[in-house]
Amino acid sequence: MEKKIRILIGKPGLDGHDRGAKVIAAALRDAGFEVIYTGLHQLSESIVEAAIQEDVDIIGLSILSGAHMTIFPKILDLLKQKNAEHIIVIGGGIIPEEDIKKLLKMGVKRIFTPGAPTNEIVYYIKSIIH
Amino acid sequence: MTNLQNLLKADKITIARAITQVENGTDPKLLEEIFPHTGNAYYIGITGPPGAGKSSLVNAIVPKLLENNKKVGIIAVDPTSPFSGGALLGDRIRMNDLALNENVFIRSMATRGSLGGLASKTKDVALVLDAAGMDYIVIETVGVGQVELDIAQVCDTTVVVLVPESGDAIQAMKAGILEVADILVVNKGDRSGADRLILEMKFAFELRAHNTDWHNPILKTTAIENIGIDELVSTIKSHKEHLEKSGKLEIERKNKLTLRVNELIEERIKSHLHEYVIDQKQLKKMIDKAYERKITPQYIIDEIAKKIF
Repeated sequence: MEKKIRILIGKPGLDGHDRGAKVIAAALRDAGFEVIYTGLHQLSESIVEAAIQEDVDIIGLSILSGAHMTIFPKILDLLKQKNAEHIIVIGGGIIPEEDIKKLLKMGVKRIFTPGAPTNEIVYYIKSIIH
Repeated sequence: MTNLQNLLKADKITIARAITQVENGTDPKLLEEIFPHTGNAYYIGITGPPGAGKSSLVNAIVPKLLENNKKVGIIAVDPTSPFSGGALLGDRIRMNDLALNENVFIRSMATRGSLGGLASKTKDVALVLDAAGMDYIVIETVGVGQVELDIAQVCDTTVVVLVPESGDAIQAMKAGILEVADILVVNKGDRSGADRLILEMKFAFELRAHNTDWHNPILKTTAIENIGIDELVSTIKSHKEHLEKSGKLEIERKNKLTLRVNELIEERIKSHLHEYVIDQKQLKKMIDKAYERKITPQYIIDEIAKKIF
Protein backbone atom coordinates (compact mmCIF):
# COMPACT_ATOMS: atom_id res chain seq x y z
CA MET A 1 0.00 0.00 0.00
CA GLU A 2 1.26 3.44 -0.86
CA LYS A 3 2.06 5.46 2.22
CA LYS A 4 -0.67 7.98 3.04
CA ILE A 5 0.48 11.57 3.14
CA ARG A 6 -0.52 13.08 6.48
CA ILE A 7 -0.74 16.84 6.78
CA LEU A 8 -1.80 19.13 9.60
CA ILE A 9 -3.68 22.26 8.64
CA GLY A 10 -3.44 24.84 11.40
CA LYS A 11 -4.78 28.31 12.04
CA PRO A 12 -2.43 29.85 14.57
CA GLY A 13 -3.06 33.11 16.35
CA LEU A 14 -6.02 35.37 16.54
CA ASP A 15 -7.37 35.60 13.02
CA GLY A 16 -10.77 34.02 12.63
CA HIS A 17 -10.95 33.63 8.88
CA ASP A 18 -10.84 29.89 8.32
CA ARG A 19 -12.52 29.69 4.94
CA GLY A 20 -9.20 29.34 3.12
CA ALA A 21 -7.95 26.70 5.53
CA LYS A 22 -11.15 24.69 5.08
CA VAL A 23 -10.99 24.93 1.28
CA ILE A 24 -7.42 23.66 1.36
CA ALA A 25 -8.26 20.91 3.85
CA ALA A 26 -11.10 19.68 1.63
CA ALA A 27 -8.96 19.82 -1.52
CA LEU A 28 -6.18 17.83 0.13
CA ARG A 29 -8.64 15.24 1.40
CA ASP A 30 -10.03 14.91 -2.11
CA ALA A 31 -6.47 14.34 -3.30
CA GLY A 32 -6.26 11.33 -0.99
CA PHE A 33 -4.35 12.91 1.91
CA GLU A 34 -5.15 12.39 5.58
CA VAL A 35 -5.73 15.91 6.81
CA ILE A 36 -5.69 16.76 10.50
CA TYR A 37 -7.54 20.03 10.99
CA THR A 38 -7.01 21.58 14.39
CA GLY A 39 -9.44 24.49 14.23
CA LEU A 40 -9.15 28.19 14.93
CA HIS A 41 -7.05 30.18 17.40
CA GLN A 42 -4.30 27.66 17.98
CA LEU A 43 -1.18 28.25 20.02
CA SER A 44 2.03 27.53 18.10
CA GLU A 45 2.86 25.08 20.88
CA SER A 46 -0.37 23.10 20.34
CA ILE A 47 0.20 22.96 16.59
CA VAL A 48 3.70 21.58 16.99
CA GLU A 49 2.62 19.10 19.66
CA ALA A 50 -0.27 17.90 17.47
CA ALA A 51 2.02 17.57 14.44
CA ILE A 52 4.41 15.39 16.45
CA GLN A 53 1.73 13.14 17.92
CA GLU A 54 0.00 12.75 14.57
CA ASP A 55 3.35 12.02 12.90
CA VAL A 56 2.50 14.26 9.97
CA ASP A 57 4.81 14.74 7.01
CA ILE A 58 3.99 18.38 6.68
CA ILE A 59 2.39 21.34 8.50
CA GLY A 60 0.39 23.86 6.49
CA LEU A 61 -0.32 27.14 8.28
CA SER A 62 -2.93 29.61 7.21
CA ILE A 63 -2.18 33.12 8.46
CA LEU A 64 -4.18 36.13 7.39
CA SER A 65 -3.60 38.30 10.43
CA GLY A 66 -0.23 39.77 9.51
CA ALA A 67 1.47 37.89 12.33
CA HIS A 68 3.38 35.63 9.95
CA MET A 69 6.80 37.03 10.83
CA THR A 70 6.21 36.06 14.47
CA ILE A 71 4.40 32.76 14.06
CA PHE A 72 6.46 30.98 11.38
CA PRO A 73 9.78 31.45 13.20
CA LYS A 74 8.16 30.31 16.43
CA ILE A 75 6.85 27.12 14.83
CA LEU A 76 10.22 26.38 13.21
CA ASP A 77 11.96 27.00 16.51
CA LEU A 78 9.60 24.74 18.46
CA LEU A 79 10.05 21.95 15.90
CA LYS A 80 13.79 22.27 16.37
CA GLN A 81 13.52 22.17 20.17
CA LYS A 82 11.41 19.03 19.99
CA ASN A 83 13.71 17.24 17.53
CA ALA A 84 11.00 17.32 14.90
CA GLU A 85 12.76 19.25 12.17
CA HIS A 86 11.89 16.48 9.74
CA ILE A 87 8.38 17.94 9.55
CA ILE A 88 8.13 20.29 6.59
CA VAL A 89 6.44 23.66 7.10
CA ILE A 90 4.52 25.44 4.34
CA GLY A 91 2.06 28.28 4.56
CA GLY A 92 -0.57 30.35 2.90
CA GLY A 93 -2.07 33.75 3.41
CA ILE A 94 -1.79 37.39 2.64
CA ILE A 95 1.96 37.68 2.88
CA PRO A 96 4.05 40.37 1.13
CA GLU A 97 6.76 39.38 -1.34
CA GLU A 98 9.66 40.65 0.80
CA ASP A 99 8.43 38.68 3.81
CA ILE A 100 8.12 35.52 1.73
CA LYS A 101 11.82 35.76 0.88
CA LYS A 102 12.71 36.06 4.56
CA LEU A 103 10.45 33.18 5.55
CA LEU A 104 11.93 30.87 2.91
CA LYS A 105 15.39 31.74 4.19
CA MET A 106 14.34 30.82 7.72
CA GLY A 107 13.29 27.37 6.59
CA VAL A 108 9.66 27.64 5.54
CA LYS A 109 9.56 25.43 2.46
CA ARG A 110 6.96 27.31 0.41
CA ILE A 111 4.37 30.08 0.76
CA PHE A 112 1.21 30.17 -1.30
CA THR A 113 -0.60 33.45 -1.74
CA PRO A 114 -4.28 34.16 -2.53
CA GLY A 115 -5.32 32.82 -5.93
CA ALA A 116 -3.06 29.75 -5.84
CA PRO A 117 -5.00 26.89 -7.48
CA THR A 118 -5.61 23.99 -5.10
CA ASN A 119 -4.31 21.45 -7.61
CA GLU A 120 -1.00 23.30 -7.70
CA ILE A 121 -0.75 22.91 -3.91
CA VAL A 122 -1.62 19.21 -4.14
CA TYR A 123 0.95 18.66 -6.87
CA TYR A 124 3.60 20.53 -4.92
CA ILE A 125 3.05 18.50 -1.74
CA LYS A 126 3.11 15.20 -3.60
CA SER A 127 6.32 16.20 -5.33
CA ILE A 128 8.16 16.99 -2.11
CA ILE A 129 6.92 13.98 -0.12
CA HIS A 130 7.41 11.21 -2.67
CA MET B 1 16.34 -2.37 20.96
CA THR B 2 16.62 1.32 21.72
CA ASN B 3 13.39 2.22 19.96
CA LEU B 4 11.47 -0.05 22.28
CA GLN B 5 13.16 1.53 25.26
CA ASN B 6 12.20 5.01 24.06
CA LEU B 7 8.69 3.79 23.52
CA LEU B 8 8.51 2.46 27.04
CA LYS B 9 9.75 5.84 28.26
CA ALA B 10 6.78 7.39 26.48
CA ASP B 11 8.90 9.54 24.21
CA LYS B 12 6.26 11.18 22.03
CA ILE B 13 8.13 11.17 18.74
CA THR B 14 8.92 7.47 19.14
CA ILE B 15 5.31 6.66 20.02
CA ALA B 16 4.04 8.64 17.03
CA ARG B 17 6.39 6.88 14.63
CA ALA B 18 5.63 3.46 16.06
CA ILE B 19 1.93 4.14 15.49
CA THR B 20 2.59 5.10 11.87
CA GLN B 21 4.54 1.89 11.33
CA VAL B 22 1.77 -0.19 12.85
CA GLU B 23 -0.85 1.66 10.84
CA ASN B 24 1.00 1.17 7.58
CA GLY B 25 2.11 -2.37 8.41
CA THR B 26 5.73 -1.48 7.68
CA ASP B 27 7.27 -3.12 10.75
CA PRO B 28 5.61 -6.47 11.55
CA LYS B 29 8.17 -7.22 14.28
CA LEU B 30 7.18 -4.17 16.31
CA LEU B 31 3.92 -5.64 17.59
CA GLU B 32 5.75 -8.78 18.60
CA GLU B 33 8.23 -6.76 20.60
CA ILE B 34 5.72 -4.60 22.40
CA PHE B 35 3.10 -7.25 23.18
CA PRO B 36 4.75 -8.45 26.43
CA HIS B 37 4.57 -4.84 27.67
CA THR B 38 0.84 -4.46 27.07
CA GLY B 39 -2.25 -5.35 29.07
CA ASN B 40 -1.81 -2.71 31.73
CA ALA B 41 -4.06 0.01 30.35
CA TYR B 42 -7.80 0.20 30.87
CA TYR B 43 -9.70 0.63 27.58
CA ILE B 44 -12.70 2.97 27.39
CA GLY B 45 -14.74 3.24 24.19
CA ILE B 46 -16.91 6.21 23.26
CA THR B 47 -19.39 5.63 20.45
CA GLY B 48 -22.59 7.14 19.11
CA PRO B 49 -24.09 8.90 16.10
CA PRO B 50 -22.32 11.77 14.30
CA GLY B 51 -22.59 15.04 16.17
CA ALA B 52 -23.61 13.44 19.48
CA GLY B 53 -20.67 15.13 21.19
CA LYS B 54 -18.26 12.22 21.45
CA SER B 55 -15.13 14.34 21.07
CA SER B 56 -16.45 16.96 23.47
CA LEU B 57 -17.17 14.24 26.02
CA VAL B 58 -13.64 12.91 25.63
CA ASN B 59 -12.34 16.44 26.16
CA ALA B 60 -14.41 16.66 29.34
CA ILE B 61 -13.72 13.25 30.90
CA VAL B 62 -9.99 12.96 30.22
CA PRO B 63 -8.92 15.68 32.73
CA LYS B 64 -10.65 13.63 35.43
CA LEU B 65 -8.96 10.43 34.30
CA LEU B 66 -5.61 12.23 34.54
CA GLU B 67 -6.00 12.82 38.29
CA ASN B 68 -3.40 11.12 40.50
CA ASN B 69 -0.76 11.52 37.80
CA LYS B 70 -2.31 9.05 35.38
CA LYS B 71 -1.56 8.99 31.65
CA VAL B 72 -4.21 8.87 28.95
CA GLY B 73 -3.90 7.90 25.31
CA ILE B 74 -6.68 8.90 22.95
CA ILE B 75 -7.43 7.39 19.54
CA ALA B 76 -9.99 9.36 17.56
CA VAL B 77 -11.26 7.62 14.44
CA ASP B 78 -12.82 9.50 11.53
CA PRO B 79 -13.95 8.12 8.17
CA THR B 80 -11.85 7.76 5.05
CA SER B 81 -13.63 8.90 1.91
CA PRO B 82 -14.37 5.83 -0.21
CA PHE B 83 -14.02 8.02 -3.31
CA SER B 84 -10.69 9.73 -2.82
CA GLY B 85 -9.09 7.62 -0.09
CA GLY B 86 -8.43 10.84 1.80
CA ALA B 87 -9.78 11.83 5.19
CA LEU B 88 -10.48 14.97 7.14
CA LEU B 89 -9.63 14.26 10.75
CA GLY B 90 -11.25 16.92 12.90
CA ASP B 91 -11.71 15.43 16.34
CA ARG B 92 -8.82 17.43 17.74
CA ILE B 93 -10.78 20.64 17.28
CA ARG B 94 -12.89 19.67 20.31
CA MET B 95 -9.96 18.45 22.36
CA ASN B 96 -8.05 21.70 22.67
CA ASP B 97 -7.98 21.59 26.44
CA LEU B 98 -5.86 18.45 26.25
CA ALA B 99 -3.46 19.40 23.46
CA LEU B 100 -0.59 20.55 25.66
CA ASN B 101 -0.96 18.18 28.56
CA GLU B 102 2.26 16.21 29.15
CA ASN B 103 0.34 13.10 30.15
CA VAL B 104 -1.96 12.98 27.14
CA PHE B 105 -1.24 11.51 23.73
CA ILE B 106 -3.87 12.06 21.03
CA ARG B 107 -3.80 10.29 17.69
CA SER B 108 -6.33 10.70 14.89
CA MET B 109 -6.92 7.69 12.66
CA ALA B 110 -8.71 7.37 9.36
CA THR B 111 -10.80 4.22 8.85
CA ARG B 112 -9.03 3.37 5.56
CA GLY B 113 -11.89 1.31 4.26
CA SER B 114 -12.94 -0.45 7.44
CA LEU B 115 -16.67 -0.35 8.19
CA GLY B 116 -17.10 -1.29 11.83
CA GLY B 117 -16.66 2.16 13.33
CA LEU B 118 -12.93 1.67 13.87
CA ALA B 119 -9.96 1.38 11.56
CA SER B 120 -8.70 -2.18 11.12
CA LYS B 121 -5.45 -1.20 12.83
CA THR B 122 -7.03 0.60 15.79
CA LYS B 123 -6.51 -2.40 18.04
CA ASP B 124 -2.83 -2.53 17.18
CA VAL B 125 -2.37 1.21 17.61
CA ALA B 126 -3.97 0.89 21.05
CA LEU B 127 -1.33 -1.72 21.90
CA VAL B 128 1.39 0.82 21.13
CA LEU B 129 -0.16 3.31 23.55
CA ASP B 130 -0.62 0.52 26.09
CA ALA B 131 3.07 -0.39 25.87
CA ALA B 132 3.98 3.28 26.16
CA GLY B 133 2.57 3.22 29.67
CA MET B 134 -0.83 4.84 29.29
CA ASP B 135 -3.11 4.08 32.25
CA TYR B 136 -6.25 4.68 30.24
CA ILE B 137 -6.83 4.41 26.52
CA VAL B 138 -9.89 6.23 25.25
CA ILE B 139 -11.07 5.22 21.79
CA GLU B 140 -13.60 7.35 19.98
CA THR B 141 -15.33 5.73 17.01
CA VAL B 142 -16.56 7.39 13.86
CA GLY B 143 -20.15 8.52 14.10
CA VAL B 144 -22.07 5.26 14.00
CA GLY B 145 -25.63 4.24 13.33
CA GLN B 146 -26.84 0.74 13.82
CA VAL B 147 -24.35 -2.00 13.23
CA GLU B 148 -20.88 -0.62 13.80
CA LEU B 149 -20.03 -2.41 17.00
CA ASP B 150 -16.31 -3.18 16.73
CA ILE B 151 -15.65 -0.92 19.68
CA ALA B 152 -17.09 -3.40 22.17
CA GLN B 153 -14.56 -5.99 21.00
CA VAL B 154 -11.72 -3.71 21.97
CA CYS B 155 -12.81 -1.82 25.07
CA ASP B 156 -13.39 -2.84 28.67
CA THR B 157 -16.05 -0.18 29.18
CA THR B 158 -18.15 1.00 26.26
CA VAL B 159 -20.00 4.29 26.60
CA VAL B 160 -22.76 4.92 24.07
CA VAL B 161 -23.63 8.57 23.56
CA LEU B 162 -27.04 9.63 22.29
CA VAL B 163 -28.64 13.05 21.99
CA PRO B 164 -32.29 14.08 22.08
CA GLU B 165 -32.11 14.41 18.28
CA SER B 166 -31.00 10.77 17.87
CA GLY B 167 -34.59 9.63 17.54
CA ASP B 168 -36.78 7.77 19.96
CA ALA B 169 -35.94 4.69 21.96
CA ILE B 170 -37.20 2.39 19.20
CA GLN B 171 -34.29 3.53 17.04
CA ALA B 172 -31.90 2.59 19.78
CA MET B 173 -33.68 -0.68 20.52
CA LYS B 174 -33.48 -2.01 16.99
CA ALA B 175 -29.88 -1.01 16.75
CA GLY B 176 -27.34 -3.24 18.40
CA ILE B 177 -26.08 -0.13 20.07
CA LEU B 178 -27.95 -0.85 23.29
CA GLU B 179 -26.37 -4.26 23.57
CA VAL B 180 -22.85 -2.90 23.59
CA ALA B 181 -23.55 -0.07 26.03
CA ASP B 182 -22.08 -0.61 29.48
CA ILE B 183 -23.03 2.98 30.16
CA LEU B 184 -25.52 5.05 28.20
CA VAL B 185 -25.12 8.81 28.07
CA VAL B 186 -27.70 11.28 26.85
CA ASN B 187 -25.56 14.27 25.94
CA LYS B 188 -26.76 17.81 25.18
CA GLY B 189 -28.93 17.24 28.24
CA ASP B 190 -30.05 20.86 28.29
CA ARG B 191 -32.06 20.38 25.10
CA SER B 192 -35.72 19.62 25.12
CA GLY B 193 -36.48 15.95 24.85
CA ALA B 194 -33.47 14.83 26.89
CA ASP B 195 -35.48 13.74 29.93
CA ARG B 196 -38.06 12.00 27.78
CA LEU B 197 -35.31 10.05 25.95
CA ILE B 198 -33.78 9.03 29.29
CA LEU B 199 -37.14 7.70 30.49
CA GLU B 200 -37.64 5.79 27.25
CA MET B 201 -34.17 4.35 27.41
CA LYS B 202 -34.68 3.22 30.99
CA PHE B 203 -37.77 1.39 29.84
CA ALA B 204 -35.91 -0.11 26.87
CA PHE B 205 -33.15 -1.36 29.15
CA GLU B 206 -35.72 -2.99 31.42
CA LEU B 207 -37.00 -4.95 28.45
CA ARG B 208 -33.59 -6.36 27.81
CA ALA B 209 -32.70 -9.82 28.96
CA HIS B 210 -30.97 -9.51 32.30
CA ASN B 211 -28.06 -11.85 32.15
CA THR B 212 -25.66 -9.59 33.95
CA ASP B 213 -25.39 -8.12 37.40
CA TRP B 214 -24.30 -4.77 35.99
CA HIS B 215 -27.33 -2.55 35.71
CA ASN B 216 -26.51 -0.32 32.80
CA PRO B 217 -26.69 3.24 34.09
CA ILE B 218 -28.19 6.01 32.00
CA LEU B 219 -26.63 9.41 32.61
CA LYS B 220 -27.36 12.92 31.44
CA THR B 221 -24.48 15.20 30.45
CA THR B 222 -23.84 18.54 28.83
CA ALA B 223 -20.24 18.00 27.80
CA ILE B 224 -19.32 21.53 26.75
CA GLU B 225 -20.48 22.90 30.11
CA ASN B 226 -18.93 20.08 32.09
CA ILE B 227 -22.30 19.06 33.52
CA GLY B 228 -22.68 15.42 34.58
CA ILE B 229 -19.02 14.65 33.88
CA ASP B 230 -18.01 13.79 37.45
CA GLU B 231 -20.79 11.26 37.61
CA LEU B 232 -19.85 9.76 34.23
CA VAL B 233 -16.22 9.32 35.24
CA SER B 234 -17.12 7.78 38.59
CA THR B 235 -19.55 5.43 36.81
CA ILE B 236 -16.79 4.36 34.40
CA LYS B 237 -14.58 3.71 37.42
CA SER B 238 -17.23 1.70 39.20
CA HIS B 239 -17.76 -0.39 36.06
CA LYS B 240 -14.03 -1.04 36.04
CA GLU B 241 -14.19 -2.05 39.69
CA HIS B 242 -17.20 -4.27 39.00
CA LEU B 243 -15.30 -6.08 36.21
CA GLU B 244 -12.20 -6.47 38.33
CA LYS B 245 -13.96 -7.72 41.45
CA SER B 246 -16.24 -10.15 39.67
CA GLY B 247 -13.38 -11.64 37.68
CA LYS B 248 -15.10 -10.60 34.47
CA LEU B 249 -12.28 -8.40 33.32
CA GLU B 250 -10.06 -11.44 32.89
CA ILE B 251 -12.81 -13.50 31.24
CA GLU B 252 -13.75 -10.72 28.82
CA ARG B 253 -10.17 -9.90 27.95
CA LYS B 254 -9.54 -13.56 27.20
CA ASN B 255 -12.65 -13.56 25.01
CA LYS B 256 -11.37 -10.50 23.17
CA LEU B 257 -7.96 -12.04 22.71
CA THR B 258 -9.61 -15.18 21.35
CA LEU B 259 -11.64 -13.11 18.91
CA ARG B 260 -8.55 -11.25 17.81
CA VAL B 261 -6.49 -14.39 17.30
CA ASN B 262 -9.33 -15.95 15.31
CA GLU B 263 -9.56 -12.82 13.22
CA LEU B 264 -5.85 -12.91 12.47
CA ILE B 265 -5.91 -16.63 11.67
CA GLU B 266 -8.73 -16.01 9.22
CA GLU B 267 -6.80 -13.18 7.62
CA ARG B 268 -3.75 -15.39 7.28
CA ILE B 269 -5.73 -18.28 5.82
CA LYS B 270 -7.53 -15.97 3.45
CA SER B 271 -4.36 -14.52 2.01
CA HIS B 272 -2.86 -18.02 1.76
CA LEU B 273 -5.97 -19.21 -0.07
CA HIS B 274 -5.81 -16.43 -2.61
CA GLU B 275 -2.10 -16.70 -3.13
CA TYR B 276 -1.50 -20.44 -3.19
CA VAL B 277 -4.68 -22.51 -3.29
CA ILE B 278 -7.06 -20.91 -5.70
CA ASP B 279 -5.84 -21.08 -9.28
CA GLN B 280 -7.23 -17.84 -10.66
CA LYS B 281 -7.08 -19.00 -14.30
CA GLN B 282 -8.96 -22.15 -13.52
CA LEU B 283 -11.43 -20.18 -11.43
CA LYS B 284 -12.06 -17.81 -14.31
CA LYS B 285 -12.84 -20.73 -16.62
CA MET B 286 -15.27 -22.17 -14.12
CA ILE B 287 -16.94 -18.78 -13.64
CA ASP B 288 -17.47 -18.63 -17.41
CA LYS B 289 -19.15 -22.02 -17.25
CA ALA B 290 -21.26 -20.98 -14.31
CA TYR B 291 -22.30 -17.88 -16.22
CA GLU B 292 -23.51 -20.16 -19.01
CA ARG B 293 -25.37 -22.14 -16.34
CA LYS B 294 -23.39 -25.28 -17.16
CA ILE B 295 -22.14 -25.69 -13.61
CA THR B 296 -23.26 -24.19 -10.29
CA PRO B 297 -21.38 -21.95 -7.85
CA GLN B 298 -21.67 -24.76 -5.31
CA TYR B 299 -19.83 -27.09 -7.71
CA ILE B 300 -16.97 -24.59 -8.00
CA ILE B 301 -16.75 -24.29 -4.23
CA ASP B 302 -16.64 -28.08 -3.85
CA GLU B 303 -13.91 -28.36 -6.47
CA ILE B 304 -11.73 -25.81 -4.70
CA ALA B 305 -12.49 -27.24 -1.28
CA LYS B 306 -11.23 -30.64 -2.45
CA LYS B 307 -7.74 -29.19 -2.65
CA ILE B 308 -7.83 -28.24 1.01
CA PHE B 309 -9.70 -30.97 2.82
